[in-house]
Amino acid sequence: MSTTTLAASALALSVCMAVAAGLVGSFAVMRRMTLAADALSHVALPGIGIAIALRLHPLVGALALLFLGTLLVWTVENRTHIATETVTGVVFSVALAVGGIITSGEELIDALLGNPGQLTAWETGVGLAVSALVVAFIARARHALVVSLVSTEIALTSGIDTRRLNLAYLLAFAATVGLGLRFLGVLLMGSLLIIPAATARRLATGLNRMLAISVAVAVVATVLGSYAAALLHRSSGPLIVACAGTAFFLSLAWRRRG
Amino acid sequence: MEKALEVEKLGIRFGRTRVLEGLSFSAPSGQTLAVIGPNGAGKTVLFRALVGSLPHDGTVKWAAGTRLGYLPQKLDLDRDLPMTGADFLRAKAAVARAGPADVARALARVGLDEPLTLQPIGDLSGGQFQRLLLAFVLIGDPNVLLLDEPAAGVDEPSQERLYDLIRRLQEDSGVTVLFISHDLSVVTHYATHVLCLNRGRASFGPPRVALTPESLTALYGMPLRFHVHDDPRC
Repeated sequence: MSTTTLAASALALSVCMAVAAGLVGSFAVMRRMTLAADALSHVALPGIGIAIALRLHPLVGALALLFLGTLLVWTVENRTHIATETVTGVVFSVALAVGGIITSGEELIDALLGNPGQLTAWETGVGLAVSALVVAFIARARHALVVSLVSTEIALTSGIDTRRLNLAYLLAFAATVGLGLRFLGVLLMGSLLIIPAATARRLATGLNRMLAISVAVAVVATVLGSYAAALLHRSSGPLIVACAGTAFFLSLAWRRRG
Repeated sequence: MEKALEVEKLGIRFGRTRVLEGLSFSAPSGQTLAVIGPNGAGKTVLFRALVGSLPHDGTVKWAAGTRLGYLPQKLDLDRDLPMTGADFLRAKAAVARAGPADVARALARVGLDEPLTLQPIGDLSGGQFQRLLLAFVLIGDPNVLLLDEPAAGVDEPSQERLYDLIRRLQEDSGVTVLFISHDLSVVTHYATHVLCLNRGRASFGPPRVALTPESLTALYGMPLRFHVHDDPRC
């Protein structure tokens, strides 16, 4: 593949990842999952470290650990009376610590802060397919997600299998985190799920508009941040999050004027 | 009389705390059952068990063909979310495979104008929001309604309108209604049967039998006075 094609496919993947993040993040904010969103991305770090040690692709380890982390959150939600946020905070901070021990040097900085580097055709293809799956899931399940937001009991009496829906949502969430790891790193990927959605929550008056604004902020922040990172030879994660953060603070001013 | 619901020896525990134990009662089809009791008696817990949201001992048996509509006392969502009434109703209609005509019918039944549904839910008054929720519950055409303190947080005229609306719904379509209330005047006015709950003890029957001064004193631990309307239904 030519350099132009690779750059174009990396851009396409980052846009698709941002679309997925904007959609999944909107429901995370409405479900009051902001801490979980931030912490779940940390669990990928030990996976990256293990994969590197075993000479596997880092994303394989990251996705495996994200999947296990998701199952852990889901099990805790269903089987214990401990607040999910408490368990999430403890387990995923420990995961970050373990990941920091077994990953080192430049790899650690890239894993923490993101560096898309050269994406292979294989990575791009899988990334685009996963993005499409996540977007399709939200498009299909959004009504059930709204009903279960109102009340679990109303969702149950409406025939929604809330446990299955929660698991599917968490898996979509983990997949989105996995998609964004190359661009934002484990420390900052949660921010791309939360900040655009939090901005949209302040600006929108209806659900469709919230989803649209969240997607727009995530896409613009990702494209601008990635471009600035390439220009300045910096990690892309902090610049993407800085762009999203600017949108959030502008939204505060907008509301104050209104 | 045909039964919409039969409950046998229902028991619920949270850890070591026993909330309900050995509870048996039934709800006749097309009638109104009020559930009363002091705070912490397990009323909401009972409703959550009835809709399958809580694990329990004993049996809960709904009549064949039951379609439940549940109005919870507390919602899981924040009222300041960017969500309009129309977003709410569209989501429920999609899940219940109901069309725009069903949504319009539900709104008409609760007397809510369609333009109001275009406002964010946070801008609606307590009474308007409660009617929106009732319309939300009615989409899918339930034949049993479980209403957990449906008039909580709304002013008195709105409360009266809400209960009249529920009664009208029942008269028009013969739904079975189970509701939780702390207002004994409302209970005597609207209920055909009363279930009195108080941790481990329960009594069940028509209001005039279940709501005697002695039973209320035993239930709440003090004598209670309440106004009985002139035209109780039983």
